[in-house]
Amino acid sequence: MMPRPYEIDEIDGIEGGILEKLIPGGRLDRLAANRLWDLDLLTLGSAADLARRRLHPESRVSYVIDRNINYTNICVSGCRFCAFFRPPGAPDGYVLGWDDLAAKLKELKDHGGSGVLLQGGLNPELGPSYYERLIGCIRDSGLAVHGFSPPELVFWADQWALTLEEVIRLLVAAGLSSIPGGGAEILMDRVRRLASPHKCDSAQWLEVMATAHKLGLKTSATMMFGHLETRAERIEHLLKIRKLQDETGGFTAFIPWTFQPGSTSLGGEPLGAVEYLRTLAISRLVLDNVPHLQVSWVTQGPKVAQLALKFGADDFGSTMLEENVVAATGVGFRLPREEIETLIRQAGYQPRLRDHRYNLR
Amino acid sequence: MALPKFQDPDLRSIYEKVAAKVRLDREDGLALFESADLLGVGALAQVVRRRLHGRRAFYIYNQHVNYSNICINGCKFCAFSRKAGEPGAYEMSLEEIFAKIEARRYEPITEIHIVGGCHPDLPFSFYLEMLRGIKRLRPAVHLQAFTAVEVAHLSDRAGLSVADTLLALKEAGLGSLPGGGAEVFSPRIRQNLCPEKLSPEGWLGVAQTAHRLGLNSNATMLYGHLETLAERVDHLIRLRQAQDETHGFLAFIPLAFHPQNTGLSELSGPSAIDDLKTLAVSRLLLDNVPHLKAFWVMLGPKLAQISLCFGVDDVDGTVMEERITHMAGAQTPQGLTRAQLRALIREAGCEPVERDTLYRVVEAA
Repeated sequence: MMPRPYEIDEIDGIEGGILEKLIPGGRLDRLAANRLWDLDLLTLGSAADLARRRLHPESRVSYVIDRNINYTNICVSGCRFCAFFRPPGAPDGYVLGWDDLAAKLKELKDHGGSGVLLQGGLNPELGPSYYERLIGCIRDSGLAVHGFSPPELVFWADQWALTLEEVIRLLVAAGLSSIPGGGAEILMDRVRRLASPHKCDSAQWLEVMATAHKLGLKTSATMMFGHLETRAERIEHLLKIRKLQDETGGFTAFIPWTFQPGSTSLGGEPLGAVEYLRTLAISRLVLDNVPHLQVSWVTQGPKVAQLALKFGADDFGSTMLEENVVAATGVGFRLPREEIETLIRQAGYQPRLRDHRYNLR
Repeated sequence: MALPKFQDPDLRSIYEKVAAKVRLDREDGLALFESADLLGVGALAQVVRRRLHGRRAFYIYNQHVNYSNICINGCKFCAFSRKAGEPGAYEMSLEEIFAKIEARRYEPITEIHIVGGCHPDLPFSFYLEMLRGIKRLRPAVHLQAFTAVEVAHLSDRAGLSVADTLLALKEAGLGSLPGGGAEVFSPRIRQNLCPEKLSPEGWLGVAQTAHRLGLNSNATMLYGHLETLAERVDHLIRLRQAQDETHGFLAFIPLAFHPQNTGLSELSGPSAIDDLKTLAVSRLLLDNVPHLKAFWVMLGPKLAQISLCFGVDDVDGTVMEERITHMAGAQTPQGLTRAQLRALIREAGCEPVERDTLYRVVEAA
């Protein structure tokens, strides 16, 4: 007797339509994607794992050695989910000094780092020449600059009276190598108006990425969830990323992570691990055209991050020698490189170093 | 139409047994532990979990009392135990214990969970007085007290048989025994890690004597130190045999080894994958033990939540002031509120049910 597949009748009593739609490699439409929420954790996980193995048949998990350098915490945006920023004039606002920068770069080089994740607040005091010097310093030290985010770029275009394309060209000329996908939060303006009304809207976020991709830059994309959005709005977020990726092919990776309410004005309870894993698995299933899916150990901790590798993720993110933004909420996980490799091996994968463009080193 | 199947073909034959309610054997247990298909093993455990409990997930409003860490056993895996007079050694007086109970008198606690070391000097009357005194303060609470290891130690101290010791404790208010002290039954491991401790035969003897006297108990397995997977399977099967005979085990609780501050601090402790697989295999092998508990103090609330999708139906309690695991470096909070536990369970897709020690439903006050 043929064993019955465990996912459908025995476990959940759901009809098989959604998974049947998935398995031949067909694309999930909006309706089907939203119905994924009806599936249980293990069903979603095994479907996501299948999708991951189809994309990455080699059983390896990549990670990068880097640090997050936050050159300033002064920010006019004032997002309600952020515990890191300080408004202009605040006594504990800062702009990173050049000697401090040099020391951070040296330490990263000593740890075998290949690049820097560079991000900061929307600081009206800093002009193009500051950024040219900042990028140049990092590039000249032999490290790649994985820098900024769409909200920063939109802010500068406005401040410096340039087009987005001109801003990006200026930064690339200074040495920018790729752009992280931060500031996406939830790409739905209903949510953005409530949580981050002074930040770029979803169309602008996508426009920055489309422009960068057109100029040949690779970028990642993120989603911060578990605050004011609905599950359906998470799906809309994924569909917007997928649509742009169909047009440009410029996204390297998708990185979902959960809102950490500590010390933020939004507050509330953090989302749990099951909802994180379910959202991660759904991301893998919907984003069939984005190559990599990254775990967020900094918000989930090492144990859940390891499990995430069984729920569709194929990248462990970075060693993050330094991280300030999540740490400001009081969530303080730290993982040395050796431990990342152990976690990956215990899950049955080969750890592989990569750079910020996801090329293996 | 091709649907996702078990990645590990060995799981198919086990699935057929599970579906047909056929008991799994030692080889099945090993195949499950050795399988790389974590989600497949979890899905099998869920078949059993849902058959037994549907979507219900239990928790309890309880209070822990670790009355003393002074212990004549020097188990290598323990960060809690101290010799008398050693720095960090403590023992609570009866007055201190009663004050702790008194301090939470107005909380709707249904169980007080009492565990300590094998103290060299405390007289048997101390333990009887402890139970009687707590019962006087809170007549309605259930006292889950003293592991089989402590009971055997008390019977030595009192010069009574195990049965008479248990009867005296029951008379004083004992309701059931916690499951600690089973460790891993393998003689090889016990010789290495806890040679002075009560033997497996002794542990099972106390538990089965308790069952025959009408006292329920739990069972545990400390895993993730030096034991092999086969030794875990043997432990589970031995418990299953004992349960076939006396039927008194209410819940099985695998305990993840925490290496910090122990004699095995060079080890790293089990991975999250090992934690979930151990829970799932336990659910599958222990077909005659009704409940499988994930002790969130050891696993952390995140993993405890995930475990509800890997065969677990109980996340233990609200717990305040737990000392044994925290002295081994557990980073978990000291207590979770009822609301936090209920939210954690709901988010895992389960229905939260408050229970008492004997798994009777407690209607929320």
